[in-house]
Amino acid sequence: MSLLTVEGLSIRNSSGAALVSDVSFAVAPGDRTGLIGESGSGKSLSALASVGLLPPGLTATGSVRLDGVDMIGAPERRRTGVRGRVASVVFQEPLTALDPLMTAGRQIAGPLRRFQGLKGEALRTAVRVALEEVRLTDTERIGKAYPHQLSGGQRQRVAIAMALACRPRLLIADEPTTALDVTVQAEILDLLDRLVDTHGTALLFITHDLPVVAKVARGAHVMRMGRIVESGPIIDLIARPSDPYTQTLVESARRFDAALGGAEGDSSGS
Amino acid sequence: MTLLEADHVGFAYRGGKPVLEDVSLAVEPGRNVALVGESGAGKTTLLRLLLGLARPTSGVVKFDGQPLTRGRLRDYRRAAQAVFQDPYSSLDPRHTVGRIVAEPLRGLGLGADPARIADALDAVGLPADAASRYPHEFSGGQRQRIAIARAVVCHPRLLLADEPVSALDLTTRVRIVDLLSSLNVERNLTILLVSHDLGVVASLCQQTAVLERGRLVEQGDTASVLGAPSHPYTRKLLASVPRLPG
Repeated sequence: MSLLTVEGLSIRNSSGAALVSDVSFAVAPGDRTGLIGESGSGKSLSALASVGLLPPGLTATGSVRLDGVDMIGAPERRRTGVRGRVASVVFQEPLTALDPLMTAGRQIAGPLRRFQGLKGEALRTAVRVALEEVRLTDTERIGKAYPHQLSGGQRQRVAIAMALACRPRLLIADEPTTALDVTVQAEILDLLDRLVDTHGTALLFITHDLPVVAKVARGAHVMRMGRIVESGPIIDLIARPSDPYTQTLVESARRFDAALGGAEGDSSGS
Repeated sequence: MTLLEADHVGFAYRGGKPVLEDVSLAVEPGRNVALVGESGAGKTTLLRLLLGLARPTSGVVKFDGQPLTRGRLRDYRRAAQAVFQDPYSSLDPRHTVGRIVAEPLRGLGLGADPARIADALDAVGLPADAASRYPHEFSGGQRQRIAIARAVVCHPRLLLADEPVSALDLTTRVRIVDLLSSLNVERNLTILLVSHDLGVVASLCQQTAVLERGRLVEQGDTASVLGAPSHPYTRKLLASVPRLPG
């Protein structure tokens, strides 16, 4: 059975304009799926709707079932029970995703206390383990640091630690490396890859970047103007795109990739 | 003759560690130069020095072979213009596109001739009637075209572009890079591109300089710097670029 099943999802704004139309996809336990699209394609809204976190003013219709819970129709109390425990989200900009007035350690402690009932020494240990897991050294200092005292890469590691602290079965990563330098991006992609592998976490990875998604996901859906225009294994989407938009996207990515030629890049796929 | 040159340039804030140390870089007419590096490497600081917005604490910036002094800034502004990363914050939302594009003409006392504005809009692939509209009516890619139109309206010889495509979608990025390439050829515009995107760099620039923690660690022909990098940092940058499988 799928962990996340989205069927016929449509999202409208307050004036009735369709932002997402009839989107269907599923993520099985341990699966890694990409949602690929450019700004305004509806990829992030689809992901937010999957955890019932649409911004105010937007309404969703259709069916979204996350671990059996109806994330559109169920009361907020039931949906809250699923978030963090079953699925958690890592966003693009860790500076805005983290609370600026709270130390990294306290932010990671939040879900651990709430979902696992940890406190005292056990909680402190769990926070340290979570920081170590995202390959942060000097956990003592980082745990006590506020977000602005950390680098972009460190902040994103803290956000990942927070998202994975309670061992969710699904991690939704919304452009988690777009704001980062390319060397840091490579480290974070590698980290995500290893963590979801170790814990068997399913991954829904949202991005506009084909080479990036090819590194972490196997299958993907290409979105444009609120619709899924093409789905399939990423290798096939890149080798034989059938939809005209996917073709444009692949051509664009190829342009810059080809310009780099045989430079000693990292071409290992997923 | 060298168009723009940083000659053993250093920069430090008062009492601070040096942001740039002993940076020497030359921009020859017609040959686009990429300045590559990560956050905090000093790319933007170097660009500010090259734009004459700040003065180096050591070394000298030269334009047309002569030191860029205060007295020469006016001539320099006519010859060198800039485009920035974010096409949302770099255009005044209350001004029409025509007024925005005419800014350098007014600033340089050249007169805001509507024909020159139409010519600049045409050069970046925007219709002439865009002049009477406002920035919010345009997409990110179109806004970046407006910013480029403003930069080229006074027919500069040099364009200093700070991450001009990194805020744009991939397909838009390709079109803006194509536009910059065509301006390079058709308007004899030499581009100094600050970027962390090596694919964009390889598409647009003949020469590449790699900046790491305030120092130029490698520079030369893009093909050799990216094809056979000699410095470990350049190799690390290249190895980090996600490549298309297959």
